[in-house]
Amino acid sequence: MKLKLRFSRSQLCLPYAVFLILFVIAPLLVIVYYAFTNGQGRFTFDNFANFFANSNTIGTLLYSLLLSLTTTVICLIIAYPTAYILARSGFKKQYVLLMLFILPMWINFTLRITALKEVLTVLEGNISLHPFLNSVIGMTYDFLPFMILPLYTSFLKLDKNLMEAASDLGANKFIVFLRVTLPLSVPGIVSGITMVLLPSMTNYVVLDMLYNSTYIMGSLIGSYFSAYDWHNGSMISLVLLIIIFIVTLVTNRFSDKDSDSRRTIL
Amino acid sequence: MKKLPKILCTAAAAGALAFAALPLSACAQKNDELILRVSSWEEYIDLGDWDDEELIGIDNPYDPEAGGIIGVNSMVDDFTKWFNDSDFGFTVKVEYSTFGTNEDLYNRLNLGDKYDLVCPSDYMLMQLINEQKVEKFSEDFHDTSVDTNYFARYVSPYIDGVFDQFGWKDYAACYMWGTTGIIYNPEFASADDVSSWNILTNGDYARQVTIKDNVRDSYFPALGILNAEELLSEEITSERRSELLNDTGDEAIAAAQEILKEIKENVYSFETDSGKADMITGKVVANYQWSGDGVFIMDEAEADENNPTELWYSVPDECTNLWFDGWVMLKDGIEGNERKKIAAEAFVNFVSRPDNAIRNMYYIGYTSAIAGDMVFDYLDWNYGATFDPDDESFDSELEDIYAYDLSYFFGDGYSLYIDANQVEIDAELLNSTVVKLGEEYGNDKHYSVYENAGSISRGRQVFAQYPPQSVIDRSVIMLDFGDRLADINQMWINVRCLDVKDFNPAVVWSVVAIIFAGAVAIILYKFRYQVFYRHKK
Repeated sequence: MKLKLRFSRSQLCLPYAVFLILFVIAPLLVIVYYAFTNGQGRFTFDNFANFFANSNTIGTLLYSLLLSLTTTVICLIIAYPTAYILARSGFKKQYVLLMLFILPMWINFTLRITALKEVLTVLEGNISLHPFLNSVIGMTYDFLPFMILPLYTSFLKLDKNLMEAASDLGANKFIVFLRVTLPLSVPGIVSGITMVLLPSMTNYVVLDMLYNSTYIMGSLIGSYFSAYDWHNGSMISLVLLIIIFIVTLVTNRFSDKDSDSRRTIL
Repeated sequence: MKKLPKILCTAAAAGALAFAALPLSACAQKNDELILRVSSWEEYIDLGDWDDEELIGIDNPYDPEAGGIIGVNSMVDDFTKWFNDSDFGFTVKVEYSTFGTNEDLYNRLNLGDKYDLVCPSDYMLMQLINEQKVEKFSEDFHDTSVDTNYFARYVSPYIDGVFDQFGWKDYAACYMWGTTGIIYNPEFASADDVSSWNILTNGDYARQVTIKDNVRDSYFPALGILNAEELLSEEITSERRSELLNDTGDEAIAAAQEILKEIKENVYSFETDSGKADMITGKVVANYQWSGDGVFIMDEAEADENNPTELWYSVPDECTNLWFDGWVMLKDGIEGNERKKIAAEAFVNFVSRPDNAIRNMYYIGYTSAIAGDMVFDYLDWNYGATFDPDDESFDSELEDIYAYDLSYFFGDGYSLYIDANQVEIDAELLNSTVVKLGEEYGNDKHYSVYENAGSISRGRQVFAQYPPQSVIDRSVIMLDFGDRLADINQMWINVRCLDVKDFNPAVVWSVVAIIFAGAVAIILYKFRYQVFYRHKK
């Protein structure tokens, strides 16, 4: 007997579709439902108004943005040259170097942050004196690989001939970088930024573990949920989702259509 | 060659049969086996597996062969075995789960999780009782003439009185209780400073003290600081004290918010569990704690091999939050099933059996609601001054003895003789009598026995575990916030969040500028051919 296993494309999609419906779409609908209802289950826009009327929510949004922007900028500054060197180094060395950057990702991040806490205590003495700085360090530590990897891939794909051609045509090294290398690495930069900027707005575990007592968006949502206020908490989540959606849309729209940036973002 | 598939087939068939039989036998058992779903705090019951030298050397009538009390198996396993060996007419299997916070438990119940027996704190069990989710204990449960009604027989008269006073007695059986206070390192924090809640706002201890990361444990000391003057006055009554610390009016909330903002700027951290480790490792000098965790911290800090530290526990002079965790049966879980009720009550009675209460106390550090001679013996074994002439500390270490009065908890006449160095006492305030205790044992050692404490506010493990009457007198039970919960939670969020107005305008504008610059950069990049390269085209 010959066993025939043949699936059509749509059939192969089935497991993921089930997963998507159960764990992505259904919870999303629940969030939307809670965001636009009140305690009595009636439809309301109050939660939406609360978000903008409450100076704490806006203050927290600002603080989260400040934190995540700083983290993203620092990640970019560290990751850009690193990824460039990584992609340009000899093959054997490159593999080892890449491993060094990926290795920390294999360790659970709470463990890493606990270790970081001890390191910072040694360096700073009392770590609670620099909550913002510590949070930025923690986030950078956590998210750096997510910035390096997309940059690294975009540098790998970069055609050396283009740069050689630019030099041959009289451009100096700086001009080559500005006109050739930088524009071609933009897809990597964009996807790196999306992968760092948005998660670092809500990753409050890092703040908790490094003793920053100020809430960011994630902890604010959590505090509403633990006070049984599903409605305001869901609205904040929804607004955050919309912000994420807009950022993704904008970065998609304004990056090269012919490049594969979209694939790296979504 | 042909035989091989056949063998494989037989093996497969046998395997399939075995598989099919497994669930069948489980089903058969289920018919007369009752599942009891118990949920309690994490690390809140003896899990057994003690070392041999951990044996508690007091008489144990419940297990004479053990030569004392020792946790071999977990409490839950011991209960199952005890229950199934007893004459209840059915067998039971316990599904034991844990929760992290009262709110966590409440959320789970509202999401439809079903438990038969849970152990929330005072305010949460109040809320559950008010919402009529709690099944009353049966009348038999309170019958002290039945031998196995260990809870009714051995619960401390003090705890019983409190539960009666608040109307919880019919619904709840107290498991553990305690106070809140400050664990501190006497080397770095002065006794004066830790005897007031304002150590949390005291600039001398900036970034050196931790507080709990939950609204109730923060609101309480904030109210303590707010009303310090009245709380410390001589003529305050306990009713007034309770009123002040259960004040959920708008003014009190607003004032507490300002104090909590000050606390936020001054403390090392709001901690959920890291405070224990930070205190033991010396990262902070003082730590707001529940008494039971305080005992754990003191034990651990002392046992630390690299850096043994002697930590103390202080109950501030203003007030302390007296709390209770109690077992309640839930209607949703029990569903009127008499057998479940019997099993749940048996579980409460089993963990209340004095030897088991002692096991739990030893294992988790908290104070059981169970009194009785056996528990007192355990206290004496643990903390009591040695009157045994064969013991090496009999002559050498002991100079002064303090008669630690615990009559409110154990009944009249129960005083524990402890080493006077275990608590901080002001000798001038005390009556001290010099007695020749040594003579009885054939030497002429004299001891000073101190009695009648004015008030003791600081001490070591024994003080944290069993506060003296003077601490009880200034204790307050913090009730359920009721319909003020939302306002107090909003206050808590206000404390923890930054207000837009708190920001330096320059910061706000620079964030806006960065976002704007980012947007411009994206647009320029998109239209770079049109903007930059036009002349070359």
